[in-house]
Amino acid sequence: MKITIDQDKCVGAGQCVLAAAELFDQRDEDGIVVLLDPAPPQEALAEVEDAAGRCPALAIAVQP
Amino acid sequence: MTATRPDVMTQPTARTCPFDPPPEYRTLREQRPVAEATLPDGIAGWLVTGYEEARAVLADPRMSSRRRRLRTGSGPVDDAELPVPTPGNFLMMDPPEHTRLRRLLTGQFTVRRMRQLTPAVEKIVAERLDAMAAAGGPIDLVQAFALPVPSLVICELLGVPYADREDFQRDSATLIRLDASLDDVQRAHQALTGFLGRLVRAKRAEPGDDILSGLVRTGELTDEELAGVGVLLLLAGHETTANMIALSTMCLLRHPDQWEALRNDPALMDTAVEELLRYLSVIQYGVRRTALEDVELGGHRIPAGSTVVASLPSGNRDAAHFTGDPDQLDVGRPYRPHLAFGHGIHQCLGQQLARVELKAALSALLDRFPDLRLALPAEQVPMRHDMLVYGVHELPVTW
Repeated sequence: MKITIDQDKCVGAGQCVLAAAELFDQRDEDGIVVLLDPAPPQEALAEVEDAAGRCPALAIAVQP
Repeated sequence: MTATRPDVMTQPTARTCPFDPPPEYRTLREQRPVAEATLPDGIAGWLVTGYEEARAVLADPRMSSRRRRLRTGSGPVDDAELPVPTPGNFLMMDPPEHTRLRRLLTGQFTVRRMRQLTPAVEKIVAERLDAMAAAGGPIDLVQAFALPVPSLVICELLGVPYADREDFQRDSATLIRLDASLDDVQRAHQALTGFLGRLVRAKRAEPGDDILSGLVRTGELTDEELAGVGVLLLLAGHETTANMIALSTMCLLRHPDQWEALRNDPALMDTAVEELLRYLSVIQYGVRRTALEDVELGGHRIPAGSTVVASLPSGNRDAAHFTGDPDQLDVGRPYRPHLAFGHGIHQCLGQQLARVELKAALSALLDRFPDLRLALPAEQVPMRHDMLVYGVHELPVTW
């Protein structure tokens, strides 16, 4: 699985952190998404898809 | 000049249950999730009642938020024709202006930062509940608890003196009252802008460690913009959460099995807060957008220039998206994304703060007042049909 994020699109809503705190974080200075693990194990797929689905700015893409 | 503001949406009409959207929304959602409708201003527009369709509208960059252009019918819209939004009010802006302003604030409202506020919020909650217990019932939960908690929190965060609350709470209420005259709305807006403007100048002279002082320090915004941002944060920071706290309390009291479930298992509070946000959806008349070009939606062609209203309460009851029966309150319902905070680039900036406040307020209330009950028949509770933010005007309770 490969996750890509688009920091330009991110609006700092924090939904991805609520969905998967071990994979996503927010920069302290501007709240923009930080990807902690771009290639997590396959078991995390449902969680990552949840994060991508919650993102209001469609800034998270997943390739299973 | 005492022109009256537009009437509420005439189609669909009125609530029959205090917690449910008007029943006509269900029919619309099932049959015509994207429908032509006469909007409150009397103009022809579009009402979107399906979850997926509402989400699509709110995520679409062709749907403009510069929504003072309400009175146009359909027809091409030139971006230059759209009015200039009030300085600082990024809720009514499109990118790149919106991006510039929101980016200055997103760091202040991260999940981590809001969770760090939890002890401070819990302290404020405990103090208000102590005062309530000391005063004894019956008491109005709105004035004693639901309104002071978020007001104290946002005042502390922004750097607004809480002593001025009577003025800003009154002016804020006028701004979201549907029957207020245009004169009154303008007066309230000027009063709030003036108040925040004076505060910004004071912060410039003597900065503190609050959000307004932080924004002053960036040097990126004019005083006028700073005052506009301040008005928006102050208004959004207390009206919505106050109504969620009071309405959630009433809703739990009217669903004693859910109240009991939460008391028996406090670990349910996270899903309960999301469920209450979904179920109650206090932005009751939805969110407005203007199509900047022709947009295909749900099998319809929405012509450029049309006003589109995405109904958050209706989308949040869509059985095609939520598991189980979305018309039932179920504090243990597995989470699925809801629209209570909107969607797209304007999704609520303060949502993590709202979650922290709702969780702290409801947990402590359940814990301290297990025998809380309404002090008058439920049908006599004055509901906020007349406000853009739904809830209760008062909630007399005793214990």
